[in-house]
Amino acid sequence: MSSTIIEVNRLSKYFGNLKAVDEISFSVNKGEIFGFLGPNGAGKTTTINMLTGLARPSSGSIYIAGEDGIKNIKKVQQLIGIVPDESNLYDEMSGLENLIFCASLYGLDKQKSEKRAKQLLAQFGLDNTGKRPFKAYSKGMKRKLTIAAGIIHQPQILFLDEPTTGIDVESARQIRQLLQELNHQGTTIFLTTHYIEEAERLCHRIGFIVKGKIVRIGQLSELMQDAQKDNIVEFTLETYCTELQNALATEFPETNVTKAEGEKIRISSPERIELMPFMKFFAQNQVPVYEARVIRPSLEDVFVKITGIELSEMKKEREGRKK
Amino acid sequence: MNKLIPFWSILKKDMKNYYLKPPNISWGIIFPIAWTLMFFIRSETAVNIRSILPGVMALSVLFGTTSMLAVTITFERRSRSFERLLLAPISLNLLMLAKTTGAIIFGVINAFIPVIFASFLTDLSNINWIAAFLSVLLIAVTSTFLGLFIAVSVSEVFEAQTFSNFFRFPMMFLCGLFIPIPNLPVVLQPLSFLLPLTYGADILKTAINQTGFIPPWISFLVLLAFSLFLFLMSTRNIQKKWIY
Repeated sequence: MSSTIIEVNRLSKYFGNLKAVDEISFSVNKGEIFGFLGPNGAGKTTTINMLTGLARPSSGSIYIAGEDGIKNIKKVQQLIGIVPDESNLYDEMSGLENLIFCASLYGLDKQKSEKRAKQLLAQFGLDNTGKRPFKAYSKGMKRKLTIAAGIIHQPQILFLDEPTTGIDVESARQIRQLLQELNHQGTTIFLTTHYIEEAERLCHRIGFIVKGKIVRIGQLSELMQDAQKDNIVEFTLETYCTELQNALATEFPETNVTKAEGEKIRISSPERIELMPFMKFFAQNQVPVYEARVIRPSLEDVFVKITGIELSEMKKEREGRKK
Repeated sequence: MNKLIPFWSILKKDMKNYYLKPPNISWGIIFPIAWTLMFFIRSETAVNIRSILPGVMALSVLFGTTSMLAVTITFERRSRSFERLLLAPISLNLLMLAKTTGAIIFGVINAFIPVIFASFLTDLSNINWIAAFLSVLLIAVTSTFLGLFIAVSVSEVFEAQTFSNFFRFPMMFLCGLFIPIPNLPVVLQPLSFLLPLTYGADILKTAINQTGFIPPWISFLVLLAFSLFLFLMSTRNIQKKWIY
């Protein structure tokens, strides 16, 4: 995971006076899953469209697998697979016919196309429905088949735009698993999503885009570290009381003691927190402790910290997308 | 990469998926058959049938081809499956040729429906079939590219059909098929020469009844120029509107 496969420099896209993408620069390494995270309208789809040839950049440069992604886009399109945010296969054709057709667009002859299509139907658990017309598929099945169509020509890089939006939990889980398998087989994945937990589960590196600008790129662990200023330990007690919180604050003045949800108390400190003094304190005060847990920030915390966008806004957006 | 594979595959898919869609059946098949029968039944003598044959053939091609593109392009645009074709590693020209070839074939076949009917009712000897076929082919190419131009300019199938009629019906009456151009009002006559169908119909008239008045080679050149212009305009519009 060291050589660069996608290199983007000062890429911009204007729609009239509106700057949809504002001089973004980033690179993606070969073999990694790169997540592009941001709220609706942040510029994720416009960026993916520019990288895949569906939109012309206003300025900047794109290099994909060493090819100029603006001048030689047709050459680049041979190397990449694209899964759009909507399943856009042909309703009248069966799953198998759709895959064979998509393979033919990349120059695969009928024999090779059919073999590869059947192999993918089996891999995606769709071999029993291969002869059914696409319009009769469920949303989850449509999504899987659209992903299969995106990799029919065994691309080096797969671009996925919101792969699990609007589908059921089980299908989303299966799709994430399939993407991980693909990645293990060597496919580089460029993923846009506004599902933070999806990015957290899948991505090696993440770029945050807000209002057309990349605000932060990093490995998951780096992003987490940045978000965590303090070390936090959470104790689950039999009963919480304010007196206990005050006593703890007096006993350990270098820490910050707060109440958490339920019968829980949180201790935070810029230094590493040693557990034993706290356990002794609880024992001396005859306070039963059921659990002591180190709290790490979630990617949601990182997102909120980096973008300044509240989680409630993201949830509203998510609901909107589902509808 | 063998470019013939995607070309043939797109062409085959369109023929299989769209040729029997309702808008195509009504405008592309039923409509030409209906007016063929209407004209032939109304014509009292064999001479009349032969004299209206070029017009009916030209209109069958025009309606068949323009309907086809309105369906194949706008249906796919609406379902976003056209994006899949734009993202494939094939040039826009090859893609558009694949999308239009089916309509051209359909148009040529449509043109010979009236010929089949006429063969039962009148003598079809002394027809220059090569010239007739070439003119049908060129009318099909031009009107297919006109259909492409229309399809690229709209977003819904019904809009495409309505917009097509905006071109088709004036063309019917101004291209000299039913009213000879010299008999048209003087102000409308120059308009006739701006319509591709005028030239296609004139070659057909020459080939079937030797009654055309424009030298065929001029008509062929004009039709080729129209085809090229409409094709280039359509691909330019696609690049401007759909690869935004």
